Amino acid sequence: MSASGRKGVKAAIPFLLPSLIGALLFSVLPILVSLFLSITNWTGMSPVSLTRGFFQFVGKHFVGLENFKAILSDSEFYKVLSHNLYFIVLYLPSMLLVSMACALIINSPRKTANVYRVLYYIPVLTSWVAGALIWKWLLSPTYGPINNVLALLGIEGPMWLQSEAWAMPSIVIASVWKDMGFYAMIILGGLKSIGVEYYEAANIDGAGKTQCFFRITLPLLSSVLFYVIMLSLINAFQLFPQVMVMTRDGNAGPNGATMVMVERIYKYAFKYGKMGYAAAYSWLLFAVIMIFTVIQKKGEKKWVNYES
Amino acid sequence: MKARRIGAIGYQALAMFLAVVAIVPFLWMVSTSLKSSGALLALPIEWIPKNPTLDAYRRLFAVSGMPRSAMNSIIVTASAVVLTLASASMAAFALAKIEFKGRNAVFMLFVASMMIPTQVTFIPLYLIMNDLSLVNSLAALIVPYAFKAFAIFMLRQQMMNIPDAYLDAASIDGASLGRSFFSIMLPMCRTSLVTLAIITCMEAWNDYLLPLVLMTDSRNFTLTIILNSLSGQFKTNYDLLMAGSLISILPLLLVYVVAQKYFASGLQVGGIKG
Repeated sequence: MSASGRKGVKAAIPFLLPSLIGALLFSVLPILVSLFLSITNWTGMSPVSLTRGFFQFVGKHFVGLENFKAILSDSEFYKVLSHNLYFIVLYLPSMLLVSMACALIINSPRKTANVYRVLYYIPVLTSWVAGALIWKWLLSPTYGPINNVLALLGIEGPMWLQSEAWAMPSIVIASVWKDMGFYAMIILGGLKSIGVEYYEAANIDGAGKTQCFFRITLPLLSSVLFYVIMLSLINAFQLFPQVMVMTRDGNAGPNGATMVMVERIYKYAFKYGKMGYAAAYSWLLFAVIMIFTVIQKKGEKKWVNYES
Repeated sequence: MKARRIGAIGYQALAMFLAVVAIVPFLWMVSTSLKSSGALLALPIEWIPKNPTLDAYRRLFAVSGMPRSAMNSIIVTASAVVLTLASASMAAFALAKIEFKGRNAVFMLFVASMMIPTQVTFIPLYLIMNDLSLVNSLAALIVPYAFKAFAIFMLRQQMMNIPDAYLDAASIDGASLGRSFFSIMLPMCRTSLVTLAIITCMEAWNDYLLPLVLMTDSRNFTLTIILNSLSGQFKTNYDLLMAGSLISILPLLLVYVVAQKYFASGLQVGGIKG
């Protein structure tokens, strides 16, 4: 081992340097700065430099935990949080169901499965701005194809993004479309790792396909599904570009129906000139994500099987 | 036998239905982009434009800054890919194959940094870029790619699987550490590097929040951001907006078609966006 000179900090530093500088400058430092900003009432107007008098600046604008108190005592925060949760309640089950179906289809030994694998993944490649614009136009109440097809079936389609009740479901529909291929690929990885011998044994015992799915596939997939739920929940709390593009008129959707946490953080910081407030808001978002992650971790043992 | 046939039909029906759901929005996008302004609001809908025209594309490229922002996107994406691959492979090499004091600490630092969402860091990132005089410069969108924890993990994992014996043999033959890194490690990690290049390509090309915050001058807009601003400007000119969407999707689609097997494997390794 020593023969190759692969020892010591001196050998490691040149290789580590770019990543270390990157990590300190664009990850560690921003986190520290964000903590400091969250206890100031900085509006974004007065210039601030991190290299010249940053701590004096923090001292001058220091407000302690006022931002956190203000956010938590504002009813808007709970409304916004409830919008995030509403999104998750609609999005998570539909996304799981659809991407599970996609994964099962791709996993089939049929020749066409490969074609479907390519097709289902195309929405994932699309940028959210383009995807959201497409859906905005698909859901256009008068001229959009969805309501026109519904009309052919004798159903009067809703006003979608322009209606308070349907704005969030519209965003959920677009999000499931965009993400199904992504999570399908992860679930597919799990499906491929289940040994054939389980199914062979079940076959000998005379188990049908449905039984195989519920008794073998689902239980053995539970660790992958846990991972998918965890990941999608974290991503769901951070939903942002689709809201920015699809409901850009007004505050965020009709009567603020699609106000969500990241959208608020962005607007407080760069539209309403409340940088300190926005920084505090971003830490509350982090706290909410952490709480949900911990709750899930706790629930993990109850339903997730790990092969011993 | 009968049950089997029903199963096959059910499979194809569901598979086709989901494929329609995935693809029809894009067909609608293409169809709209080829319509004249008059046909755009025609009822009943012209599913296939009766008089297809490239007018929307002509108007799109007449929008000032459009060709420039396409160029910007290409520059940012290409640089991001190069920077990520270079920086992450070097760090992964140090973490996988060099023994040094503090290796665990560095590793833990990288792990911990992944826990904090971008939303927490983007305001300070604006300040840091401001201090570096990089706001409104494409470099501001590129330099953060010097550190991608996910990329480091992925490559480290791959390098751990490469036996030390290769490196020892090279060293006995007098190869320096840098030489071994270039001519042994990198070629052996080819697949992971390609996968990573594609993931980074997608991330940089489609990035929204950072360019939205850091690029305030329209000269430095990337495609996603100019599209975002066009959607405010030309609210209902969907022919133009769909043409723009198509232009922004096309390059990634080409990359995907060429390298699609790597896409799948990359996701199964990581399953993490960003």
